[in-house]
Amino acid sequence: MPFNFGEFINLNSMSKVYKVTKGLDIKLEGVADKVYESATPETYALKPTDFHGIFPKLIHREGDEVKAGTPILYDKYNEHARFASPVSGEIVEVKRGAKRKMLEVKILADKELKYEKGDPKDGSREEVIETMSNAGLWPFLKQRPYDVIADAEVTPKSIHISAFDTAPLGADLDFCLHGREKDFQRGLDVLSKLTDGKVHLNVHRIKTTSEVFRNAKGVQINEFEGKHPSGLVGVQINKVDPINKGENVWTIDAQRVAVIGRYFNEGIYDASIIVSLGGSRVEKPRYYKTLMGASIKDMVKDNLTDSADDLRFISGNPLVGDAIEKDGFIGYYHNSICVLPEGDSPQFLGWIAPNFDKFSMSRTFFSWMQGGKRYDLNTNTNGEERAFVVTGQYDKVMPMDILPQQLIKSIIVEDVEQMELLGIYEVIPEDFALCEYVCTSKQDLQQIVRKGLDIAKEELG
Amino acid sequence: MKALENFMRKMEPKKDGKLPLAHTIWDGTYTFLFTPGETTKNGVHIRDGVDLKRTMFTVIIALIPALLFGIWNTGHQHYVALGMDSAPFWDKILFGLIKVLPLVIVSYAVGLGVEFLFSASKGHPIQEGFLVSGMLIPLCMPVEVPLWMVAVATIFAVVIGKEVFGGTGMNILNPALTARAFLFFAYPTKMSGDKVWVSTSTEAGQSVADGFTGATALGDLATTVGQPMGQNAEVVSKFGSDGTYSLFNAFMGWIPGSVGETSALAILIGAAILLITGIGSWKIMLSFLVGGLVMGGIFNAFAVNDFMELNPLHHVLIGGFMFGMVFMATDPVSAAQTNTGKWIYGFLGGLFAIMIRVFNPAYPEGVMLAILFMNVMAPMIDHYVVQSNIKKRQKRAQVVAA
Repeated sequence: MPFNFGEFINLNSMSKVYKVTKGLDIKLEGVADKVYESATPETYALKPTDFHGIFPKLIHREGDEVKAGTPILYDKYNEHARFASPVSGEIVEVKRGAKRKMLEVKILADKELKYEKGDPKDGSREEVIETMSNAGLWPFLKQRPYDVIADAEVTPKSIHISAFDTAPLGADLDFCLHGREKDFQRGLDVLSKLTDGKVHLNVHRIKTTSEVFRNAKGVQINEFEGKHPSGLVGVQINKVDPINKGENVWTIDAQRVAVIGRYFNEGIYDASIIVSLGGSRVEKPRYYKTLMGASIKDMVKDNLTDSADDLRFISGNPLVGDAIEKDGFIGYYHNSICVLPEGDSPQFLGWIAPNFDKFSMSRTFFSWMQGGKRYDLNTNTNGEERAFVVTGQYDKVMPMDILPQQLIKSIIVEDVEQMELLGIYEVIPEDFALCEYVCTSKQDLQQIVRKGLDIAKEELG
Repeated sequence: MKALENFMRKMEPKKDGKLPLAHTIWDGTYTFLFTPGETTKNGVHIRDGVDLKRTMFTVIIALIPALLFGIWNTGHQHYVALGMDSAPFWDKILFGLIKVLPLVIVSYAVGLGVEFLFSASKGHPIQEGFLVSGMLIPLCMPVEVPLWMVAVATIFAVVIGKEVFGGTGMNILNPALTARAFLFFAYPTKMSGDKVWVSTSTEAGQSVADGFTGATALGDLATTVGQPMGQNAEVVSKFGSDGTYSLFNAFMGWIPGSVGETSALAILIGAAILLITGIGSWKIMLSFLVGGLVMGGIFNAFAVNDFMELNPLHHVLIGGFMFGMVFMATDPVSAAQTNTGKWIYGFLGGLFAIMIRVFNPAYPEGVMLAILFMNVMAPMIDHYVVQSNIKKRQKRAQVVAA
């Protein structure tokens, strides 16, 4: 085979191509068709639980009328983190859980949306921060280390945006951002004011074709190819310009960049996004144009093949999403909704049965002979939690230059120094989702990483 | 199956009742019969199909060829010793079963009994680690080992080799090799020499054939150490193409040895199962083999006696080398855990196996000692691999700062 120079350097754009060789594609049934409907449900919600580590305080109370873009919550410990209502309407309920923990702030939408009129300024970094904070756009930005809302006091060394989602049933961002060149570009321009370094737009070498991404200006475009998790921004950062101790890198979802751009273009907080609805139990998997925080009730109504009681509704994807009710709300950072069957029935001699319908990275199931088959996976744990026995399986799906098992063990024993040496500041829980999926011992790795980040934040600041 | 499930559910003893052991046994049985209908709670919503039970079961399947061959070979060697090579196939199998099955049963019964007791006292569910150890123990024993010794060794291996460290996943040494090493040092006469490898029990009218020695290939080779080359034509001839331990015979496995270790062919079928399913580490197997061949090659090049002179390929086909390589060295818990570490661990393991075997013929089972030694060294190997990852990360930061 002749040496293919183009594999390493794409001559068209001269951007560097990063090949991600480790990983695993989990092919699930029910991928959303590339068509969209609009969904305008009655209720929307802001969920303080979407933001790790904040101390939510209400600005408006139950019964108050708000406009789209009115901040209704803020974080007691981060003055820039203000959370805006995606719609105009009335705050109908503040749902609380144990110890009065705030779970959801529900808003009943007006028929006709009324927008808060803003006065965006992007002359300097300070002006951008001020504008974004007042408009409730700031929480879109997340930082590493610690996977929390970005700290405006710190100037990040770079900002990374992933333009493709490789997770199972992930949304096609090319499709979601179709036609939003102007807003997206403006969003990039604004973001570039926030860092002294570069804004990186990480695209898929083949699958990213949208001009929204390909023609983006003022950013560094990096090309990637490979299995999941090549679309995870953490993997991309690690390949392009890894985070060193003491450094700060911010990340933001591509659709949120367009929301920011729209605000700076027109002075309104238009929380429009396109989300995918997929999964084996959805009758018509497709995309929906809606607003952030929308209730999924209308989308899944009359669109399921099974009774809703036997199903799990996930905001996000099956690896990193949150379980929600059948009338629950889309999470703040999510672009997809998935519906999977619950796997709560025991299986006779499951450890020996051939199980053609189960998918495994190992080839202990005959399903590995079935090539590109898509699977109808359920939520069964497929076994019980055990001590770590198998080694090397995390390494097969961890493309970052991280020793996953060693890092996890250092977190379990709460050895902060070792955690830091092994690079805990480079990772966030979602980077370990695929490791958690393949784990033979069924350990909750994302929770462990979360705990590690909390400990590290407390000890190291 | 619903009826069975309901029946089992009805039987469930209270977890914090008077008899914690009863619940542990029930739980072990229930989860053996049914993969529980437990669903994901935190984190990922879907999980890989594989679990520890299936992993361990795959290893057991991989051991079956070696077990079946071991059963036949036990009978075969017996009839060869009696000068009745041409005894019917089923007679050999029957004899082998009578000899080998009790070893397997004792190993499992005693080992699982101890595991259940520990699990109950700690309030943990039973973990599957012993499923494989329980099969490895009989397969790495000489066939004539007394059953009570198997029981004692199994208890020692499970308690001292594993449970004191915290149970499955926490042990430093491979439990099956711990059992073997325990017997080897505690009862050397029952674990080495030329009386234990072949069952020579005779019935009325039978007698041991003339010229039968009962020694293994390694036992014979050990006698050549300390003598100049060329003095042991008789032993050397056994390794020739027509000899008892010819390359072909050693590969096929119809030679004396521990129950499951003799047939490279059967073991390689098992290796193929482990590698195709992705359960066994090809890095360890390959580097272990290379390590053995390299050491054998070095000895061959600088040979001063007939043992050293042995062809490296022949070296890895006799004794427990293949069995250790495929089933013992690859135990993920006691092996090195990092990818780089696995290469080093395997290579040194193979190297030391041949070195110990040749330099100290009192320990013909160099493989066992080499793997146990490398088990102890594995955390240190990993430590240096981890340190290099840490150094790389620190260096990266310094470059940026500069």
